[in-house]
Amino acid sequence: MSETMATDPAPTGGLTTLVNDWADEKQAFQVPWGKAMMWIFLLSDTFIFTCFLTAYMNVRMSTTVPWPIPSEVFALTLFGENIPLILIAIMTFILISSSGTMAMAVNYGYRRDRVKTASLMLATAFFGLCFVGMQAFEWTKLIHEGVRPWSNPFGAPQFGSSFFMITGFHGLHVSAGVIYLSTVAFKVFRGDYDKKDNYEIVEITGLYWHFVDLVWVFIFAFFYLW
Amino acid sequence: MDSADGQQHPIGLYLKVWALLFVLSTLSYLVDYFNFEGLLRWTLIIVFMVLKAGFIIGIFMHMAWERLALAYAILMPPGCLLILIALMAIEANYTFLTRSTFFSG
Repeated sequence: MSETMATDPAPTGGLTTLVNDWADEKQAFQVPWGKAMMWIFLLSDTFIFTCFLTAYMNVRMSTTVPWPIPSEVFALTLFGENIPLILIAIMTFILISSSGTMAMAVNYGYRRDRVKTASLMLATAFFGLCFVGMQAFEWTKLIHEGVRPWSNPFGAPQFGSSFFMITGFHGLHVSAGVIYLSTVAFKVFRGDYDKKDNYEIVEITGLYWHFVDLVWVFIFAFFYLW
Repeated sequence: MDSADGQQHPIGLYLKVWALLFVLSTLSYLVDYFNFEGLLRWTLIIVFMVLKAGFIIGIFMHMAWERLALAYAILMPPGCLLILIALMAIEANYTFLTRSTFFSG
């Protein structure tokens, strides 16, 4: 498969390549099929998350009750000081760091560095676990404060449903990603991809993980900062 | 640089983007910390968000080096979502209006 793709070294960029790729009766996407499929899956996931965020926008705009102020709801008392949104900020940095280690894992994968690839992927999975752990802490805190999907003591009741729905679905993606990463890291370490001489799976796993980070960028902006 | 032989880029590039994402996240956190309000707040949030998303998709996910056939197939369809968002915003305004008119006692 990779031989046929390598025979078409047309440069990226330029509408001519786009027309050429789509015009003829041939493979339109000159990437391994797994990568194209992952991208298409991520596209569908984009629609799902946008539906959630749009629903959130809709209920937030249409409620006549004041919306709870995220900056205060998600504040945390550290060292005797009340710092707004600090936990969410730390979670953001953790997720970005996990994306950084993932990008490097992909790189070492293509250099056939088995041990470094597996370790960096495990580091990524570890950051993911930290993220989910902090999210569990955040959920526990809010549930103790009386936030429910149907009501909360801070303001508009739709806050709870949006919060649990959006962060819950994202947390599910992170958890699934941790399992996915650990599985692939194990197989990398075992040498499965050296036998096939194909590390493409690491990049595909990376795509999924970066997407999880990407979704968080939007959740952070629209749900927590807005 | 086709992705057929894998996407090979210097590690330094990833480290730079990583650092940049940290800076951008700090900046967007500071928007909240310093309590910017109104249009300034929303503009800053959107700008930092779009920059972060762009770097993640372009560099980390390698979209900047993919052929246009793939880039367009993946990046164009979400444009439809802007129509959904616009429609739902109109709908929400209408709901708000009816609620204020009929439920305000």
